Amino acid sequence: MKRVVITGAGTINSLGHSVPDTFEAMREGRCGIGELEFRDVERLAIRIGGQVRGFEAEGRFNRQQMSLYDRFTQFTLTAAKEAIEQSGIVFSGEVAAKSGVVLGTAGGGVSTWDDNYRAVYEEGKNRVHPFVVPKLMNNAAASHVSMEFNLKGPSFTVSTACASSNHAMAQAFQMVRSGMAPAMITGGSESMLCFGGVKAWEGLRVMSKDACRPFSANRNGMVQGEGAGIFVFEEYEHAKARGADILCEVIGFAMSSDAADIVMPSKQGAARAMAGALSDARINPDEVGYINAHGTGTAANDKTECAAVADVFGPHADNLMISSTKSMHGHLIGGTGAVELLACIMALREGVIAPTISYEEPDPECALDVVPNEAREAKVNVALTNAFAFGGLNAVLALRQV
Amino acid sequence: MSTQDKVIAIIAEQAVLEPSDVTLESTLEDLGIDSLGLVESIFAIEEEFDISIPFNANEPSESDFDISNVAAIIAGIDKLIAEKA
Repeated sequence: MKRVVITGAGTINSLGHSVPDTFEAMREGRCGIGELEFRDVERLAIRIGGQVRGFEAEGRFNRQQMSLYDRFTQFTLTAAKEAIEQSGIVFSGEVAAKSGVVLGTAGGGVSTWDDNYRAVYEEGKNRVHPFVVPKLMNNAAASHVSMEFNLKGPSFTVSTACASSNHAMAQAFQMVRSGMAPAMITGGSESMLCFGGVKAWEGLRVMSKDACRPFSANRNGMVQGEGAGIFVFEEYEHAKARGADILCEVIGFAMSSDAADIVMPSKQGAARAMAGALSDARINPDEVGYINAHGTGTAANDKTECAAVADVFGPHADNLMISSTKSMHGHLIGGTGAVELLACIMALREGVIAPTISYEEPDPECALDVVPNEAREAKVNVALTNAFAFGGLNAVLALRQV
Repeated sequence: MSTQDKVIAIIAEQAVLEPSDVTLESTLEDLGIDSLGLVESIFAIEEEFDISIPFNANEPSESDFDISNVAAIIAGIDKLIAEKA
């Protein structure tokens, strides 16, 4: 089996338009959640979210590109450019032929659906733009990355709700580890912050009207975010041979299915995914210093996740740090695991643990070190990142400092 | 603006050219408009004139709408506008 390292990272989210900006915001415990701004927002009961501000398609993309790129594709291409430029990898010849793109998204071009449904249903129009389908399809972002950067190997999109990015990255990891591909572009993106996208979540009645407070006793729900996180996963020898700067190593993963309930999380499913990732990475539980939690800020997730951590790690659960950066950037749904992987890279590479902000009251059912409100300096060798999706589909990745 | 000027403006925008570079004899191929560009142009023309153009991208030559050059496209649009009125 090949070793797999990360040689490039890119992002855009409500905390920043790049990885350095996002790291700075996480170090400072800044909150990217604010009042939502879009058409008909006044008809929503939920009016907050981690919206990307100051991002204009005009100037970044030409007219033809804008007619084909939904906002989730625009985010993806922007983050992919940052990641691939940082990596310095060039996709040509054999490397291009074998390398591909595996991305996660839950909704794909949600605002394209929304705008065009509005046009035909509300405004009574009988004609839509010819590119509605290629713009809204879930694989549009992965396809445009492959075209833009000449990736000709296996490319596809994974859609497992809130675990989409983790499932995608696990798949890309496997492809590089098995020797199938020398490098893969992976991660995910989401852009659901439009009237229909938020209205749908509102219906479930799990959303907070004021803040995302994971693990806090007074938590009252999740807050949506938007953006993308994109990475270059590369075979270690390939990266070393070209003198690439290695951000960290991906050492294992596991996926599990609760096979229980379409929305309620399961302690056993979560625990099996974490234990599976440790076993795949061939590490002992006590080597893990940091877990980036799924930590949605809902009553059900946070206590279930903490109980699962206690089950898997035993007494070591009290020694490790676990934080939810959703408190800062919101829940990016299908893109969330990718943006949260950045917190693991920051922990491993810079020795800074991103905090769980907006934390107000300890909850005896979440009695772990959740790094409340302020980032912390700590040496971490191994980190896990959790994603537990609606539908009971779980994916956990394990990473190590190089 | 006449129908001709409006159509030329739409085609020129699609081809990223100045309207003065688009002549009645120009073919879509001359102008560098590919199949996606053609479908987008037809959409823009339908929106502009509120007409419905009988065009199937699977078999452009079988459609009852001549796209062999700019003059043919304008003639087809004039006919559709007349039928609507």
